[in-house]
Amino acid sequence: MTQISTEHRQHWMNILARTPFAAIETAWATLPEQPEYTFLRQPETGLVMVQARTNGSGNAFSMGEITLTRCAVNINGTVGHAYIAGRDKKHAELAAVFDGLLQQPAYNDQLSKSVIEPMEKALTQKQQTKAEHVASTKVDFFTMVRGED
Amino acid sequence: MYVAVKGGEKAIANAHQYLASERRGNTDFPELSVAQIREQMRLAVDRVMTEGSLYDPDLAALALKQSRGDSIEAIFLLRAYRTTLPRFCNSIPLNTSKIAVTRRISAAFKDMPGGQMLGPTFDYTHRLLDFSLADTTETKTYPAPSAEDLQRAPDEELPRILDFLQNDGLVEGAGEPNASSVGDITREPLELPASRDIRLQKLTRADEGFILAMGYSTQRGFKNSGGHPFAGEIRTGDVAVEIIPEELGFPICIGNITVTESEIVSIYDGSEDTPPQFSRGYGITFGSGERKAISIALVDRALRCKELKEDIIAPAQDEEFVLMHSDNIEATGFVEHLKLPHHVDFQSELDILRRLRSNWEQSKARREAMEQSASTPDEVANNAPKGFA
Repeated sequence: MTQISTEHRQHWMNILARTPFAAIETAWATLPEQPEYTFLRQPETGLVMVQARTNGSGNAFSMGEITLTRCAVNINGTVGHAYIAGRDKKHAELAAVFDGLLQQPAYNDQLSKSVIEPMEKALTQKQQTKAEHVASTKVDFFTMVRGED
Repeated sequence: MYVAVKGGEKAIANAHQYLASERRGNTDFPELSVAQIREQMRLAVDRVMTEGSLYDPDLAALALKQSRGDSIEAIFLLRAYRTTLPRFCNSIPLNTSKIAVTRRISAAFKDMPGGQMLGPTFDYTHRLLDFSLADTTETKTYPAPSAEDLQRAPDEELPRILDFLQNDGLVEGAGEPNASSVGDITREPLELPASRDIRLQKLTRADEGFILAMGYSTQRGFKNSGGHPFAGEIRTGDVAVEIIPEELGFPICIGNITVTESEIVSIYDGSEDTPPQFSRGYGITFGSGERKAISIALVDRALRCKELKEDIIAPAQDEEFVLMHSDNIEATGFVEHLKLPHHVDFQSELDILRRLRSNWEQSKARREAMEQSASTPDEVANNAPKGFA
């Protein structure tokens, strides 16, 4: 059984946040069994102030806000959290449920393979496709001497 | 003094019902969906998010639908909506070096490490109306082009072009990250003089037209120093937003957002302490707000005049002028309030005007009477202009 580190948890929380809700709902619906859970915190939408840095790497400043929905559940005695950009309460709820399950060694191996890996693959594929579109617009400018010398 | 008006409920309710009907327009045509606006009017959505100061493409698209496409009304709706939500926390400052670019160009260096990618740009189009877009009877596909050879991994960090010049000391530094708290004008009222973090927040949510005009004015010569500005680097792409929730104590990604950042350099003549070098201006927006990002960078640079010991001779350098007039919601509130009932104010002004005129007529009559009594016909002739004598 693998040791579950903070890095692991950050990784799956990242994947669950960036994956479209439809895929998360499908993953939940196709689980062999859906364990019961209770809310520690009902899904709740609020704001995060996004900070940026002057010149990209200097002093921080407040750039503007983003909507965020958070949720906490108790599932088999484990607390699952989710913090998802946007206002989709169901997304936050199921992401919190998966976070709770993935922290449990009994579920981690299986869910990492059957849920997180395919989601990550889809996200990577999407990023790759986009990078290919962008790469096709790579430009080589030439400078030319004009007129008399 | 404000005096309230009462009444008009029925007319107001009917006006709003009429507005809803006009918003829908001719029902022979299908109703617009929020998703259609979000996908096909994306740059309008991006502007509403940036100036509404709230990243939520669905809400911005909804606001545009509700406002019949009026950007400022849509921005107002987003600003109003955000006041209904609690603030959870600040994000970790964005790491835009880890951006997944859709566009990245430099007007200063043609061979920049990592390459120049034009992305989906209007640049180099001929600005001719494309009538094929008017015909939607047949379903058309618009496949995006692809290059197989990426030359770099999609998640590889992109070097900042100005960092290379910075190594030679030719460009001023980006500045050390601040330890002190970051200002936020949605929490504390704007005070002048404002520090650069506050100025950048204000400029980011400022009206695009106003900032564009201010930036343009510096190019036309309304500034103190600095040579021709160069776009050192402009990039648009997706970047992760990270927060550290109190319950967890470690950073997590809550999702990606699209941003556009612009770095502008121009020659700075130097001061007693600083050698001549390229000075920097910076701008960033939500979405693909390239015009705005460049404009912010120009104005950011102009507003650094005090720090760089430059004389303040132009409007774009005047912090109060720029910052206090840049917000289109504040501006529209004060300008458009003129159309709301001012009946009592106007009545009192009418009264004042009547009294002024009555005083003026009385004093005119008195003056004429005095002139009449003091003048004899001879004196009148003597006082006539010489040319007419």
